[in-house]
Amino acid sequence: MIDNISWLAIYPEIVLLVMGCVITLVDLGVKSRGRTVTYILSLLTLVVVAVITGMYASAGNTFYAFGNMVVSDSMGNWLKCFAAIAMAVTLVYGRGYARDREMLRGGEYFSLSLLALLGMNVMISGNNFLIIYLGLELLTLSSYALVCLRRDNETAVEAGMKYFVLGAMASGFLLYGLSMIYGATGSLDIGEVFKAVNSGLIRHQVLVFGLVFVVAGLAFKLGVVPFHMWVPDVYQGAPTAVTIIVGGAPKLAAFAIVIRLLVDGLLPLAIDWQQMLAVLAIMSLLVGNLAAIAQTNIKRMLAYSTISQMGFVLLGLMSGVVNGNVEAATAGNAYSAAMFYVVTYVLTTLATFGVVLLLAREGFESEEIADFAGLNQRSPLYAGVMAICLFSMAGIPPLVGFYSKLAVLQALVASGSGLYIALAVFAVIMSLIGAFYYLRVVKVMYFDKPITATKVSAPLDVRAVLVVNGALVLILGIVPGGLMKLCSDAVLRALAS
Amino acid sequence: MGLLSLAIWTPIVFGAVVLAFGKQEQAKMVRWIALIGALAGLLVTIPLYTGFQLGTSAMQFVEKASWIPRFGINYYLGVDGISFWFVPLTAFITVIVVLASWENITERVNQYMGAFLILSGLMIGVFSALDGLLFYVFFEATLIPMYLIIGIWGGPNRIYAAFKFFLYTLMGSLLTLIAILYLYTKAGSFEILAWHQLPLSMTEQTLIFFAFFAAFAVKVPMFPVHTWLPDVHVEAPTGGSAVLAAIMLKLGAYGFLRFSMPIAPDAAHKWAWLIIALSLIAVIYVGLVAIVQKDMKKLVAYSSVAHMGFVTLGFFIFNDIGVMGGIVQMIAHGFVSGAMFLCIGVLYDRVHSREIAAYGGVVNTMPKFAAFALLFAMANCGLPGTAGFIGEWMVILGATKFNFWIGVLSATALILGAAYTLWMYKRVYFGPVTNDNVRELQDIGGREFFILAVLAAAVLYMGIYPAPFTDVMGASVADLLKHVATSKL
Repeated sequence: MIDNISWLAIYPEIVLLVMGCVITLVDLGVKSRGRTVTYILSLLTLVVVAVITGMYASAGNTFYAFGNMVVSDSMGNWLKCFAAIAMAVTLVYGRGYARDREMLRGGEYFSLSLLALLGMNVMISGNNFLIIYLGLELLTLSSYALVCLRRDNETAVEAGMKYFVLGAMASGFLLYGLSMIYGATGSLDIGEVFKAVNSGLIRHQVLVFGLVFVVAGLAFKLGVVPFHMWVPDVYQGAPTAVTIIVGGAPKLAAFAIVIRLLVDGLLPLAIDWQQMLAVLAIMSLLVGNLAAIAQTNIKRMLAYSTISQMGFVLLGLMSGVVNGNVEAATAGNAYSAAMFYVVTYVLTTLATFGVVLLLAREGFESEEIADFAGLNQRSPLYAGVMAICLFSMAGIPPLVGFYSKLAVLQALVASGSGLYIALAVFAVIMSLIGAFYYLRVVKVMYFDKPITATKVSAPLDVRAVLVVNGALVLILGIVPGGLMKLCSDAVLRALAS
Repeated sequence: MGLLSLAIWTPIVFGAVVLAFGKQEQAKMVRWIALIGALAGLLVTIPLYTGFQLGTSAMQFVEKASWIPRFGINYYLGVDGISFWFVPLTAFITVIVVLASWENITERVNQYMGAFLILSGLMIGVFSALDGLLFYVFFEATLIPMYLIIGIWGGPNRIYAAFKFFLYTLMGSLLTLIAILYLYTKAGSFEILAWHQLPLSMTEQTLIFFAFFAAFAVKVPMFPVHTWLPDVHVEAPTGGSAVLAAIMLKLGAYGFLRFSMPIAPDAAHKWAWLIIALSLIAVIYVGLVAIVQKDMKKLVAYSSVAHMGFVTLGFFIFNDIGVMGGIVQMIAHGFVSGAMFLCIGVLYDRVHSREIAAYGGVVNTMPKFAAFALLFAMANCGLPGTAGFIGEWMVILGATKFNFWIGVLSATALILGAAYTLWMYKRVYFGPVTNDNVRELQDIGGREFFILAVLAAAVLYMGIYPAPFTDVMGASVADLLKHVATSKL
């Protein structure tokens, strides 16, 4: 059963695992304060993984390995590629902050990040409930440890504790739901489950019961209302260099498991999970946007904004099925809209947190929105990057965030159902409310008097990556066609197989 | 690269270049680059004028390239008689604004000039976009530079004004987005011209009409969503007010012509009474409100609302003289209100007050300036021979043709306009010099003289010989009215 193809399918994961171990060992001999050797090795690993997965993805082949346990398809590989790039960017932004906060006394920051990425990759390629769960646990366990990396910092430890308790509960939910479905269908293999459910011979109650728990577990992991309570606390409490790890790349993996579990595995139950997603989405948009207005801490505000953005992703995911009918075109349209949304969200979030990290390195935490006062006068470049990201998240063209909202709204409107169009109008009104708090940060940066006159300085690597990252938000907004096509091709291939 | 693309991207590229020069000591260079950029943008529009074919309603200078293939969105540009004049008008006002801000903006000059140049390109994009989504992108993108312009260089209450401006207009346009997506789903393409042919049921038309109405009525602005305009004008810097009044308000009125009327003609007919009623309220009630203003900028802002009421009134009486009158009024208001705001800016730069009561007898110390101001004031109240007259007269004529009493009511605007404009002029410029501020005023220098002279020439030219403006429109307006007269049911 373990043939060449199988090995081929998991090359990126093997690279990550081996290098994760090598880096941990090499790190023992590193003395420098910034752990330069470990840092460069980690970046190299991530680049190699990104290149491999990118090559796989553009080849566009789909193959199953290890007896259908693992799948390597173009959607998954693109997600892995983006996740690796996102993680590399994260490390570039986060290293200086981590060094100044004594988080680099050991090299865990890097090796745990690599392990977290490994977990994401396993989640993304899992074609079996257990493999997906395995990946999820690897990701979350690494994240718990990362959040607590500042052992002597009370808020960080408290955040880690909250994250761990709620995360463990979510994992329990998910596992419980999966076991119910396993009990009903007799298989952990997603393809088999799909066949069994589709046959209509399984008792509906048991399936729906399991489904409720699966959706609840996923909702926890995505951080959508009413399972969102950990998000603001963890975003705020974790050291910013870790917040960016928790808030960035994992969203890509979360998207992948929603597709794998709900779409690939449980599509015949779409009429059930669709309603749940709709309710989750509505609540997330409502709570996320309203609560974000009241925040004075930028990390907390971004956490609530994430909640509302995830609501949008759910809207995209649920609009693939119309009145219980699945048409490849509609579904492809909707899921690719959601994928585009997630990818651009990660891109934008990285740059936003990049600027937050940059300011935090000035010696104080710079977590309050008021700390951004007059940033435009101090460093027009960074203020510009931040403003582009914020306008993008508010969905103002010609920035990429507009097109992600557009794609989701288009998927909703294209369904032709009056209810969905009403949902689109609701989402639009909510994003108007959202615009308010994004604008408020722009206001603080551009219209308020600066608190200090010191220029914000950054090492060359951070500056270069940040500028490229911010420029991408604008450039992809001017020419979004390529990325949109990439997402839709990837999703269509994944659906076809 | 076509001419329209050049008109759009020349100012944007120069704007981006200007943004790169951030140092205070580079301010002088920044100003010159910005001026060169604005002039280059204006020069590009000259071949547009000379090459424009009269007597056809077809789109001209068409450019089409695939932009987002997945949704069939094209980079699709073109102008017809309805949109043509706004391209050179925008480029022209940009040059004026750059010149007008030459000395009084000293902080972050590069961002100021950059914002105006980029805004200019975006607004030309709105007027020339033939793809619904491209239109929306340009339409929305204008919010960002304008928000920053108001918020950074505005008055004491600028933050409130900036937010109000942004959120009001965003609210309108987001609903429009849903309508645009719905039309795309129905028609399978984003081409506005294809939407004109699309059959739609009455319910669909009504919903689409009001979704578009939300964006355009706020932008125009129509009563009762006009309240943001006075607030924004009062706080915005002179250049911002000038661009807002001269061009940005026209984006909304233009939207009515390009989207609401031809796409939903039956709904347009059905709801015309509403628009006419709101327009008349704008003309009469807002005109009355203007009379009692103590702040010059507020007064001119309310007068803008009243004048834009004329524009929407002209559109929704559905005869060619009314619609053409509306468009002429848009162009004329561009010159006149731009000039009025620049005049207020000239005074504000010297005295730092916009209160009417802070002035008096300015004509004694600034005779040259007062002469220009008088011309613009006359144009604002529609004196024959000035630009302001032509549009108002055509709209009143059209309205009278449509319904005698609507004609009568709209004609009261001439009286009200004369009342508030001349009364303000009297209190500011005439009479004895009342205070030291006015006593120490310096008359306008060469740069200001040049700006006002150019605008005065435009106002007079348009008032005496409006043919170049109306000739361009004829065929397109006739075609539009044909569309509006054809039921889609």
